[in-house]
Amino acid sequence: MVKQMCIAVPGKVILIEKNIVKADFNGNVIPVDISLVKVKVGDYVLVHAGYAVQVMDQENGESLAQLFRDLEEAFHS
Amino acid sequence: MITIHDIVNYLKNYDGPTVRLMEVCGTHTESIFKHGIPSLISSKIRLISGPGCPVCVTPADYIDRAVEYAGQPEYIFCTYGDMMRVPGTKGSITLRDGKATGAQVEMIYSPLEVLEKAAALPQKTFVIGAVGFETTVPLYALLMEKMLKQGVINIKFLTALKSIAPAMEWICQNEGCGEERIDGFICPGHVSAIMGDRIYQPLMTRYQKPCAVAGFSGEHILAAIYDLIRQITSERVEIHNLYREVVRPEGNLQARELIDRYFQPVQTAWRGLGEISGSGLRLRDIYREFDLAFESSCGEDQSLCRCGSVVTGRLNPDQCPLFGRLCTPNHPQGPCMVSTEGSCGIWARHVLRGKENKQLDGKGD
Repeated sequence: MVKQMCIAVPGKVILIEKNIVKADFNGNVIPVDISLVKVKVGDYVLVHAGYAVQVMDQENGESLAQLFRDLEEAFHS
Repeated sequence: MITIHDIVNYLKNYDGPTVRLMEVCGTHTESIFKHGIPSLISSKIRLISGPGCPVCVTPADYIDRAVEYAGQPEYIFCTYGDMMRVPGTKGSITLRDGKATGAQVEMIYSPLEVLEKAAALPQKTFVIGAVGFETTVPLYALLMEKMLKQGVINIKFLTALKSIAPAMEWICQNEGCGEERIDGFICPGHVSAIMGDRIYQPLMTRYQKPCAVAGFSGEHILAAIYDLIRQITSERVEIHNLYREVVRPEGNLQARELIDRYFQPVQTAWRGLGEISGSGLRLRDIYREFDLAFESSCGEDQSLCRCGSVVTGRLNPDQCPLFGRLCTPNHPQGPCMVSTEGSCGIWARHVLRGKENKQLDGKGD
């Protein structure tokens, strides 16, 4: 993975083995350390340098749709 | 429901007073150029890159110190790739130069890699060039935890870890009036994922700057710009989280507790900004033996590099006399050209190659 300071990518947890999970990044399955988060199979995690730094909010999983809803609420309601 | 087309139309046709928006994340800088955002928006919306590249804001004498450790036989210096080519003070040698002449330098992708290396070679001390913002700090805290638990203690950090919010406050305290003022902040998405968005409250309450926490896609960044313009034109001063899928108000509490367990805030030096209190993160006193960080202020840099002005948004890269001439991606004079997140390197990749972006901030014009 290209190393950039902030870049982090979302992956879906498919298998949990203690503190390491297997996460699916659009077909690439890669081990991810979950020492910084609490997850269950099916969760999406944001991964930075091999570590999950946040569990993605499943209710807001459709990120662009949520983005536009937030803007609508802020300025058009 | 608003659409991306509505947003782009609004931004393209914006004809109000000139607005200057600062982002403080090298990955945002890259994304802005990659998606051609300056060409999509009105020339009255100026996008400024601030001190968002951790390598770029590390004082030059940090490299001198790193090269010194790498040259001693009992140490192995571990660093990220983009630190390898950053010059030290007075144009002195880089870590890459040092490695070529026999210094022990190893490239790493994550600080946690060093644990296995150090366990396998207990007779050496591994020094990690610990440079980064809050997205990366939890990994160093985790490494400390694992080191102590596993008894692998032949690792030391040369810390230059920083918190971005104090630097944003510095920008507000030191902005000029008129052309140098900042009207709003695009806040870093993944720093916010760790720290939450409440860290930007002083910008709102003390300095009256609207903030929008942004993700990294073109849509996320355009939405943040739109949000800030709408706030400014309606005289609202709020913090809007536009990256709710990963950013909670409180951030990642587990990661923050881990950071707090091992690190303390300290005054530290930022290239181009000077000393800022509470802006650095160094190991707590009980772990001091593991931290080689120096306490001194910025080293005097005799080179002509204008990185300090670039990271504060006072100069665009192409306004530096060295840009594209003496300073190029192949022959960098300073960290802003070397680092993947440095503004000069990003401009060189997107602008020097003829991908024209007309609507960039016209400082000096």
